[in-house]
Amino acid sequence: MRKKWWKILCVVLLFYTVIGGFLFSVPAREILHESIRNLYFHVCMWFGMMILFTASVVYAVKYLRTQNLLYDIYTVNFAKMGILFGVLGYGTGIVWASYTWTDYATNTQIFREPKLLGAAIALLVYFAYLVLRGSMTDIDKRARVSAVYVIFAYAMLFPTIWILPRLLESLHPGKEGNPALNFKDADLRMRMVFYPAIIGWTLLGVWITSLKIRMDLLKDKSILNNE
Amino acid sequence: MNRIFSLIAPLVCMLLPQIVSAQVTDPQREYTAFDMRSNGKIYVVVTVVLIILIGLLLYLVRLDRKISKLEKEIK
Repeated sequence: MRKKWWKILCVVLLFYTVIGGFLFSVPAREILHESIRNLYFHVCMWFGMMILFTASVVYAVKYLRTQNLLYDIYTVNFAKMGILFGVLGYGTGIVWASYTWTDYATNTQIFREPKLLGAAIALLVYFAYLVLRGSMTDIDKRARVSAVYVIFAYAMLFPTIWILPRLLESLHPGKEGNPALNFKDADLRMRMVFYPAIIGWTLLGVWITSLKIRMDLLKDKSILNNE
Repeated sequence: MNRIFSLIAPLVCMLLPQIVSAQVTDPQREYTAFDMRSNGKIYVVVTVVLIILIGLLLYLVRLDRKISKLEKEIK
């Protein structure tokens, strides 16, 4: 294992997240009750997704500048991991919403919930990325087209998950300003677990991505040596 | 792995007083299941989740080692 320290940090932070996330005291909220603890899990998935997609787009730009297929492998694996985090965030959000929103909101309100629709569109754009990649056999062409696509997909994230849900009526918290970073929303007790949780989950994503990248590199050694 | 556990142990010790001295206000009593944590067996849930987490992380460490070995063999 190369460079161990951040993997150990990841393990420590995840243990801290689980122990602190379940046992520390949390602010009392009328609708959320104890489910407010989902902040340490559900919200961290979306933070992780955003960070992984950012890494993906950085490597896409790097690929386009250098035409080095190594960066293509980085791009696709970061994007795939980001998609997984997004799907997990969506799934956990479904469960959380079905136990909190359904008591207070009508089905119509839930179905036209901009945050859900926006996140669904954002994820579908990324699903299309995988379809696009899968449909091409020429390695260089595939790398170039999908690197350009990743930049567009990343650009689509901003209207769909950052801007539109803030403009429209929404049940989802965090319409005004930055939900999790706002001092009024998350109090000190929650922040003590929440920030380490973000780092922990993101590092886990990066760890798995790094393993996938190394596996791909082993598989495609012949391609890269031809550079 | 021993190194990892030696890192976690002091952390847990640090956190214990935090858990014990949690302040409880009236609205919290009403809306938040405080008793769950004392006699509602929440520790069982924490343990179960920790076991799953340990299992998954050990699997990841093993996978990491295997890939490292493969990398050495191929080079």
